[in-house]
Amino acid sequence: MAEKCEHCCTRIEGLGVNFGSAVILKNVDLHVNCGELIAVVGPNGAGKTTLLRAILGEIPYKGSIKFQVKGKPDGHPRIGYVPQKLNYDIDSPISVSDLIGSAISDAPVCMGIKMSLKERIRASLAGVSAERLSDKRIGELSGGELQRVLLAMAMTPEPDLLLLDEPMSGVDAKGLSLFYELASSLRRAKDVTILLVTHDLIGVAPHADRMVLLNNSIIASGRPKEVLSDDRLVKELGPSLWNISKLPEFMDDLSADGKGREQ
Amino acid sequence: MIEILHKIIESILPFAWVKYDFMKNALLAVVLVTPVFAIIGTMVINKHMAFFSDVLGHSALTGVAIGVILGFNDPTLPMIALAVFIAIAVTCFKAATNAASDTVLGVFFAIVVSLGVVLLSRGGGFARYTAYLIGDILSVTPNQIFVLATIALCVFLYWIIFANRLTLVSVNSSLAASRGINVLLIEISFAVLTAVVVILSIRLVGVLIINSLLILPAAASRNISRDLQSYTIWAVIISLLSGVAGLVASYYWGTASGATIVLFAALFYCLTALFRMIRVRLN
Repeated sequence: MAEKCEHCCTRIEGLGVNFGSAVILKNVDLHVNCGELIAVVGPNGAGKTTLLRAILGEIPYKGSIKFQVKGKPDGHPRIGYVPQKLNYDIDSPISVSDLIGSAISDAPVCMGIKMSLKERIRASLAGVSAERLSDKRIGELSGGELQRVLLAMAMTPEPDLLLLDEPMSGVDAKGLSLFYELASSLRRAKDVTILLVTHDLIGVAPHADRMVLLNNSIIASGRPKEVLSDDRLVKELGPSLWNISKLPEFMDDLSADGKGREQ
Repeated sequence: MIEILHKIIESILPFAWVKYDFMKNALLAVVLVTPVFAIIGTMVINKHMAFFSDVLGHSALTGVAIGVILGFNDPTLPMIALAVFIAIAVTCFKAATNAASDTVLGVFFAIVVSLGVVLLSRGGGFARYTAYLIGDILSVTPNQIFVLATIALCVFLYWIIFANRLTLVSVNSSLAASRGINVLLIEISFAVLTAVVVILSIRLVGVLIINSLLILPAAASRNISRDLQSYTIWAVIISLLSGVAGLVASYYWGTASGATIVLFAALFYCLTALFRMIRVRLN
């Protein structure tokens, strides 16, 4: 799997992660090139989020994760991270500005947000066309809106490597597809390297340079088209999930026929 | 120093109770302690640590017992040491296991209360220690006021430096880590700060209700706040008002000050909850 790469940004070799006696990841080799958008797919419990947490340096692992960033010979890259979910109560008195301000400034936002910081927060939200959300409480956001806000945070300041974890809930297929478009346009505009974890095989396919099928180790890797037509995909994800991911095609057929079709 | 403050209070407040030094001292203590409790309380609620702080408060019983057994005249030091130990132990355990912490806290709660009561009641002498249960703010000494002022200053400085990081850690620790925050260090420092503040105030408010003083002002503020700034400001205002009103009311009613203060805070909670219900209806 360890293909030769000359502009390698992140070089993961022989990565293994155990939680107690459970093996979550083993022998994962993945080279992420600069400016690439890689979609990581796999069933629940495949270790997708664990892979991101290992890259973040949050959990102990075997093997190596090395970064190479232009202008930072030995340096750790600046990593932007969009988590699956946030822990807050629905009535939390935390506004979008509070959240972003807490991340991008040291001045305590609970003692007030200065004009200059307000401007930086606005600019950050403008990057994802979400300025209008600045005064909303995070409990009032829809899943898709929250994801945009988190992406704005992850992009401020501009990261070398962007890790996007799929939202657990609250984002519909249309919202996800909008999110992929947004991520992919940010990549084109800012040349950011993106590692994107998702269940939505069909939705992410047009935006990804490469798709990696993960189930504890890397099962298949290549252009999205190749991975999507790989037999091992059905085997790993199970026929039912594969059928669901084929649903858009099915729907297309359905509307082309102009009438219902028995499955 | 303390005399100057007494003079200032006498010149501002034209009330009968102001002529007593113990009331002036108590007022100073209330004005120092209540904002600190309000500020820490805002984060205790954000981080779902209400049970945790309750355990820290109740650990004072065992802390006092250890102090008595070791022959300390003033058991504050062993009390703080035990609370800080529990704070660090629970935080590290939670980080290492990701376990549901309320069960672990329940175990700690049972141990610190029962062990404390067993040790203090040897030979039937528990009555001597009931002051720790309900507290006595009227007996606060100028020295204690000085300690409270120092801790208030420390909390204020801590907040300026760490409040944003605490907020990020509270919403998602991986997100916080991705921004270069040492999550465990932040968690431990906040737990230790809470432990020290709670224990230093136990004498004033008492084991039974100290957690209410931490939770109620912030909980009331949540009912009427939309962002962190208003959350913090309202929590401090409600805490201060409850503190002063409770202290003065307890003077006239002849009741325990700590509990009277907490009753006022509870009243504020009910009022803000009502306000919130009406606002939701109207929208």
